[in-house]
Amino acid sequence: MSLNLMAILPEILVLLVGILVLVCDPFFKDENRRVGLGWLTAGGLTATLAISLLAGQPGQPASAWGGMVRYDWLSFAFKMFFIFAAAITALFFMDVDKLGRRAEAYVLLTASTIGMSLMASSSDLVMLYLAIETTSIPMYVLSGFMLDDQKSTESGFKYLLFGAMTSAVFLYGLSLVYGFAGSTSYEVVALKFTSLNIVSVGVLFLILVGLGFKVSLAPFHFWAPDTYEGAPSPVAGVLSTASKAAGFAVLIRLLLVGFPAMAEQWQLTLAIMAAITMTIGNLVALAQKNIKRLLAYSSIAHAGYALIGLVANNELGHLSVVFYLLAYILTNLAAFGIITAFGRIAGSDEIRAYDGMSRRSPYLALAMLIAFLSLAGMPPFGGFIAKALVFAAAVQAGWYWLVFVGIINSIVGVYYYLTTMKYVYLYRMEGENEESFPIPMSRPYVIALVVLCLGIIMVGSFFAPWFDLAGKAAMGL
Amino acid sequence: MVPVSYYLVVSVILFTLGALGVLIRRNALVVFMSIELMLNAANLAFVAFSRTFNSYDGQLFVFFVMTVAAAEVAVGLALIVAIFRSKHSIDVDQLSSLKG
Repeated sequence: MSLNLMAILPEILVLLVGILVLVCDPFFKDENRRVGLGWLTAGGLTATLAISLLAGQPGQPASAWGGMVRYDWLSFAFKMFFIFAAAITALFFMDVDKLGRRAEAYVLLTASTIGMSLMASSSDLVMLYLAIETTSIPMYVLSGFMLDDQKSTESGFKYLLFGAMTSAVFLYGLSLVYGFAGSTSYEVVALKFTSLNIVSVGVLFLILVGLGFKVSLAPFHFWAPDTYEGAPSPVAGVLSTASKAAGFAVLIRLLLVGFPAMAEQWQLTLAIMAAITMTIGNLVALAQKNIKRLLAYSSIAHAGYALIGLVANNELGHLSVVFYLLAYILTNLAAFGIITAFGRIAGSDEIRAYDGMSRRSPYLALAMLIAFLSLAGMPPFGGFIAKALVFAAAVQAGWYWLVFVGIINSIVGVYYYLTTMKYVYLYRMEGENEESFPIPMSRPYVIALVVLCLGIIMVGSFFAPWFDLAGKAAMGL
Repeated sequence: MVPVSYYLVVSVILFTLGALGVLIRRNALVVFMSIELMLNAANLAFVAFSRTFNSYDGQLFVFFVMTVAAAEVAVGLALIVAIFRSKHSIDVDQLSSLKG
């Protein structure tokens, strides 16, 4: 097959899955619809993942489609992460009321996945802008999907408002980049943005506003808690993992390929943003009573940790960002999956509703323990190695103060993750009759959670293959 | 030919007006119009630069931006209608059931 087709093979296959879901939708009878649509999407995406891994691995980094996309390991690795996350999310969709029976939900998920994949591979400003919007617009719809739920529409609307505003600012930045480089290709931009002046600093600021929103860096993080709280839990799961990782993929490529000459400026800016992001995320998370808001602030803090690797801007740093995002996607998807499974039965996302959960469903509680310990950065789970690598990279590059802030923040994080687990394991429900309120788990949830928990443990304990993967991705820019 | 800096000044004014509108106005529809203004400011800059470089990249970009803006507004209006049905108001300040 030609290079052009190979470069977008995963996107083509994901598109086919989306079309297949739409075409098959009328043929499913009402009671089969949930099962049919959900398994079709998850199965199709898994097949996409397998085919791409077998047939689509990139060789030498190359440009395709007239320089619109790059075909290299960075884009390939991220595409695999996104498709995996989408497949798992399709499983979590299945038992959510009003979401699992609607073909549109699955199609929007695949559309957004295509956008994220293109975000990771785009090497041209036109492609970049289109990819970001292809990711965002389906996500606006999915956040506001429950039209008769006031919280869901409000969450979708807030996301849309912040998203449209920051993307307009971002676009203005792109127009200035085009104005001073005379081209929309990253390589040409790199040739033109070599000296420091008021224009290049302004452009960098406008671009960081747009991307800072996507990865929810302070001070552009305000949308995240509101949107996560109101959106359906599995949608919040994608927003906090895949969509955020896509933003990081763009940050890595745009800053390293497009603005390498201004590295000192963006390193310092991102270092300050990372420190503020971690601190705000962790401190505000301490006060949360709703578990979705708690995870929203925790995911803001995690964006800060991952950013440290990019600030370090050395080989280990780039590698550690990719590795961090891999571990984080697995962990946070699991956390939001558990909230979906529990919230469906308990009907509440308040942390107090988790009292005595370990007696109601010991296995779900165990999964939650694994996910939360990994978020807190405990060995032998993925989150530990990821944090260690990020901090090591920053030490190597001499960012000691940032590592210090990061470590203090990790300690604060451990406190609120373990406090939540205290409700799950040590507290009792009112009446102490947990046995009469079991939490039945359907098959898709069991499969998804088992895969995610195994993934978290694998990434944390047999980390060599993942380390190599991240290394390949970081080298192949 | 009018120099490119004139177009840029207009575009900066448009962008500022749009940004102020988003920050100050409380009616959701007006906020959306202000966002459109910001996008069109970028469009104007693209077209002006495109003219000076004698290349079509910028004009091409503008077409895509217009398409995306239409899609964004379609989704936004649908959400506004849903919100209006339950609240009978599209005041942005009244969207406050999510906070903490």
